[in-house]
Amino acid sequence: MLSITTLTIFVLACFVGYYVVLKVTPALHAPLMSVTNAISSIIIVVALDAAAVSAARGNTFAVTSWFGIAAVFLTSINIVGGFLLTRRMLSMFSAKSKKKGERR
Amino acid sequence: MTILGLVAAVLFIIALRGLSSASTSLLGNRFGMLGMGLAVALPFLAGDELPWAVAATIAVGGTIGFFIAKKIDMTALPQLLAAFHSLVGLAAVFIAGAICATPEAFCVATVADRIPLANAIEMSLGAAIGAITFSGSLVAFGKLQGILSGKPLRYPGQHKVNLFVALAIAALIAAFVYRQSVEYLVFAVLLAFLIGFFLIMPVGGADMPVIVSMLNSYSGWATAGIGFTLENEMLIIVGALVGTSGAILSNIMCKGMNRSLPNVVFGGLSGNNAASTAQSGAHGNVKLCSAEDAGFIIKNASSVIIVPGYGMAVAQAQHVLKELTDALRAEGISVKYAIHPVAGRMPGHMNVLLAEANIPYEDVFELDDINHEFGSTDVAIVIGANDITNPAAKDDPNSPIYGMPVLDVEKAKTVLFVKRSLGAGYAGIENALFFRDNTMMLLGDAKKVCENVLKAIKG
Repeated sequence: MLSITTLTIFVLACFVGYYVVLKVTPALHAPLMSVTNAISSIIIVVALDAAAVSAARGNTFAVTSWFGIAAVFLTSINIVGGFLLTRRMLSMFSAKSKKKGERR
Repeated sequence: MTILGLVAAVLFIIALRGLSSASTSLLGNRFGMLGMGLAVALPFLAGDELPWAVAATIAVGGTIGFFIAKKIDMTALPQLLAAFHSLVGLAAVFIAGAICATPEAFCVATVADRIPLANAIEMSLGAAIGAITFSGSLVAFGKLQGILSGKPLRYPGQHKVNLFVALAIAALIAAFVYRQSVEYLVFAVLLAFLIGFFLIMPVGGADMPVIVSMLNSYSGWATAGIGFTLENEMLIIVGALVGTSGAILSNIMCKGMNRSLPNVVFGGLSGNNAASTAQSGAHGNVKLCSAEDAGFIIKNASSVIIVPGYGMAVAQAQHVLKELTDALRAEGISVKYAIHPVAGRMPGHMNVLLAEANIPYEDVFELDDINHEFGSTDVAIVIGANDITNPAAKDDPNSPIYGMPVLDVEKAKTVLFVKRSLGAGYAGIENALFFRDNTMMLLGDAKKVCENVLKAIKG
């Protein structure tokens, strides 16, 4: 439901997002996209609830669970893929900084 | 909101904050993973039972994700992200389907089959945005992967058709909310899939940086929509973070092209001007130059700036560039890299490829930080970039890209322009740089040309 509390949380989170992302260095914009993609898969928490519903409440909830399982599948590809891809990219960037530091 | 949900949300904010510099970014990413781990473990910590089928699904999905992340070629990054966005979009649609099937299971409705007005609207919006994200990202993927033509697809009355479909979606959602019958929502979602195709098909390949970031933003808003439906504060916070992040990136990309978001999405540049500029054809003299000559020129320089573009990514020339850079440094020549915000097909595309080739982060500069240095530079080497170096953006008010920020490569003493052919850029815009006296063209595949130049320098 759209209550004033959830709306407040949403608006404030938009501001937090704005100021945090503005500080992200342009060189890391690709990892930024990849990590935001991974964390938007947080909807897996709802998918998990949905997937577990028929086991807990019986077969009348089978359709819900199938939808849930499909969503769990898609989001778990995204979560693991997104975070590991981000890590792979970031380690390419920071390995270089370290080496450079040693040379100095 | 449970306290662990709040902790997870804070950890995600820390993960994004870590990206402000390369040195803190890896630690930040670890916090992000921890946050996601907590969030996923949350329902089970609360005592829910995990059916084996769900655990198996996570294992299979996770393994697929693991291999994609390990094996993917960095050059294919833009299309991979487009594909990832499509998954989030489709997942949001499935989740809306689950809520719709049994609202009482999610504590959305007290009486079965009756979803309160506000929740129904939020859920429909989440599902529709998810559907647009899915089909739009698929089209973006197809274009980036080369399955679909990168050329914009346009037909007369296109905007009217899109407007009609959008109104139909709104009407169907309204009907669903009041009548509470699922068929309306199903049709609304189907039309949302359709409009996702319609919206992205007319967008040209070089506008993809804007589109990929916009779809990134949409995946966040879809998440927030689901969060509002279920009053899940963690989803709302994450959705807002991702949504604003994508919006900021789209805005930066639009500024990099001096265009507005509606102008990119609803098309202005690419279709209309291609015909008028193509007729101006090749004029003036173009100076061609061999790899040996280029090697000679570079060897006699004391400072070099390299400007990479999409052509470098296509030819996978970044590793040869690293060798070239090392060879020049050994001769005591200063080498820097200049990156335009919209170089390549996604934000930060060039930076990742250069980092992959072990080119130090500190030698790579953004447009504003390096543009004043071209005047005091001996050689500017443009590799597979075109429009972002076109001086017409500064001095020809009739040019379709007039006003777009460009790299001032023509101010360097000599410009070496590596390009596959003498064709125009994506919008059919002639690059005035080709005809300048200080420009030498090296025609051929970026990687081959760089290898030959490197041979000439070493030999």
